[in-house]
Amino acid sequence: MADLDFSDLRRLILKGIGLAALTGLGQIGFGLPAAEAAGDKYPEDAFRQKSDTDAIKALYGRGADASDQIKLDAPEIAENGGVVPISVMTTLPGVTSIAFLVSENPNALAASYVIPDGTVPSVANRLKMAKTSNVIAIVEANGRLYSATKEVKVTVGGCGG
Amino acid sequence: MASTIRVRAINSGDITEVQALIQHPMDSGYVKDAQGQTIPPHFIQQLTFEYDGKAVFVADWGPAVSKDPYVKFAFKGAKKGDDLKVSWIDNKGASDATTAKIQ
Repeated sequence: MADLDFSDLRRLILKGIGLAALTGLGQIGFGLPAAEAAGDKYPEDAFRQKSDTDAIKALYGRGADASDQIKLDAPEIAENGGVVPISVMTTLPGVTSIAFLVSENPNALAASYVIPDGTVPSVANRLKMAKTSNVIAIVEANGRLYSATKEVKVTVGGCGG
Repeated sequence: MASTIRVRAINSGDITEVQALIQHPMDSGYVKDAQGQTIPPHFIQQLTFEYDGKAVFVADWGPAVSKDPYVKFAFKGAKKGDDLKVSWIDNKGASDATTAKIQ
């Protein structure tokens, strides 16, 4: 069965059974059917890593070089660690992917974005930070990896206190 | 079921700016409820935006993305009146999708 058909079939079944029934079926963490969209495989292994270096290695297979062509916007102080607005934009050409990591989180990788041709290399999102930590933005461009880092102080942690 | 996805796609010249806000608990699995029970992880893993049958943006998310996640990005080549399809799937296999008109 083609992957796409399976996804559609699964959605149909889900709607039929009802989400309430499914919720009771068990606590599934990271390890669920990796959703595939337009050829993108969910990087489950990278999300399982603890440290930022391990997560970057798992996601990209190599390390990143600091770049001043990446503009990482994050607050100096985050009063609510549960919702920290972080955005990045870059002037690097040939960007294919952007990722955000929070070094002091239990698992450093927070989010990863696929940037196809024709999409502007700029993303804004809101992340949870467990405590004061470095936030790292990784930009994959023309097959190479670049990074920018900023420390964000967190007054009330985003892990539920 | 009413859609969990609110999306606004505004076109200006060649660039369409997209903002999406999705209703989802994004439980990390690290928080305990009032009874001291750990609330299991429940978060969107993948969010996809498609234009003209192709993905223009794919978000791979972990539980560190904030509750009721928000994302903003921009892409080229679309026109006012075109469709933008948005869909997500979470770690429990639940999903939702919607189609928005580019304004």
